[in-house]
Amino acid sequence: VARIPLKDGVLSAVDAAADARLLAGRCTACARLHFPPTPVCPYCSTKGCATVRLGTDGTLYVYTAVTKAPPGYRGKVPYGFGVVELPDGIRIVTRLTETSTDRLRVGMSVRLVLEDIFQNEAGDTVVGWAFAPAESS
Amino acid sequence: VSRSVAIAGVGLRPFGRFEETSVVEMGREAVAIALEAAGVGAGDFQAAFCGTVYSGVAAGHRVLSSLGMTGVPIVNVEAGCASGGAALRLGVQAIRSGECDSVVVFGMEKMPRGVIDSSFFEPWQKEAGLNPAPAFFALRARKLMHESGVTREHLARVSVKNHENGVHNPYAMFRKPFTIEEVLASPMVCDPLTLYMLCSPNEGAAAIVLRPADRAADVVVAAASLRSHLPGRVLGEHTPLSGTTVDEPPSPTELAARDAYEAAGIGPEDLDLVELQDTDCGRELLSYEELLLCPPGECAAFFDSGAPARNGRLPVNVSGGLLSKGEPLGASALAQVVEMYWQLRGEASGRQVEEARVGLCHTVGRGANASVIILRR
Repeated sequence: VARIPLKDGVLSAVDAAADARLLAGRCTACARLHFPPTPVCPYCSTKGCATVRLGTDGTLYVYTAVTKAPPGYRGKVPYGFGVVELPDGIRIVTRLTETSTDRLRVGMSVRLVLEDIFQNEAGDTVVGWAFAPAESS
Repeated sequence: VSRSVAIAGVGLRPFGRFEETSVVEMGREAVAIALEAAGVGAGDFQAAFCGTVYSGVAAGHRVLSSLGMTGVPIVNVEAGCASGGAALRLGVQAIRSGECDSVVVFGMEKMPRGVIDSSFFEPWQKEAGLNPAPAFFALRARKLMHESGVTREHLARVSVKNHENGVHNPYAMFRKPFTIEEVLASPMVCDPLTLYMLCSPNEGAAAIVLRPADRAADVVVAAASLRSHLPGRVLGEHTPLSGTTVDEPPSPTELAARDAYEAAGIGPEDLDLVELQDTDCGRELLSYEELLLCPPGECAAFFDSGAPARNGRLPVNVSGGLLSKGEPLGASALAQVVEMYWQLRGEASGRQVEEARVGLCHTVGRGANASVIILRR
């Protein structure tokens, strides 16, 4: 079974053993980060952003849990959902592995993990990302 | 010399679910009521603007065709939840500039059932569940809880307030009051938002006829402003609510509000009542801050002061808001304007705010389109 990324250019690898990272765009002019990476900086319109690897460890900024599948979704419910702040200087909208909001809190440490989201028509495993609590509390 | 713009007539079709009625039929009914109220017939108006999101190709044209009133420029306007506000802005500009002496503005929608399926998101984002509309609202509500002292009880009490108001509005879909306990105990959709804290997408239509203001008793459109997201508030995730991935102010709503206050030559302290975007209870509280009704971070205190209650200093959503009316995207902004027109004319029987002279209407949604309209009599 092949493993393919949810979207090209977003993950550096789709195997956990390969030190997978999220990829962001860094503007060569204003230096701001954006995700997913795009050729033109969404902040200052400069062309030619560099692709950079983001760190894996961050803090939870806000969170919720999704209990009903939104339109077009091919994975399982429930799933955690939130925004994670990375020390690189960017906040990422993301899935969370934790589905119980009782076990989440603003500011807790979280870490990037790969997540198998669904099998496509060809039988490939489509791999995305999520953040998981990094501390036992 | 720019002209002052008055509302010549309004039409509103109750919001709800109407299996047997097409969106064109709903639009036709609202437009026909507004034209009759304004005394405007075929050949009497020079342009039409139709706000709608899900009605397909040339929807406004189909409505006017059904009335035998085509031939003038007809423009269909999509600006997410602010579509009706964007259409009204175009109509106001057409009158103000002197290009038109009468314009029809209308909005209509027949929303798909369930969570809104939006082409706003890329297919890969949908496949991974990165498009859950209520979850984005929940994230913004969580941030308010963290930063503005908002509690679950505040969220519930906003729902109680608006549903209580909705009981008195025959155009609303939900006309049943709830207790705080009932709101908190309703099914959890996306923590902290329960079912009764979220508005329901539905169906409806509203229409407004505009003309130059020339009478002392006219209800005047003092401002009709529209803003979208600022550069870098990357389209896709946070823009309907702003501030979850990028926090620099101002939000599109604040930008639109500042434009509108300036155009109308007033400040928030001059308002008598407000109809604002209560897609969810957190969104109502956030709007207090973004519309400058209270200082930043003080939406909970403003609510606790009783100001936005029906008999408060600045009643908010006396119509029942979207929580009671439901949200047909293209029609919702114009329905707010229709409500405000009735309020300013003392015609909002059962829910009339006494001595209402200046009112503000607000919608915000996808693309971070934010519309702020100020009416004055």
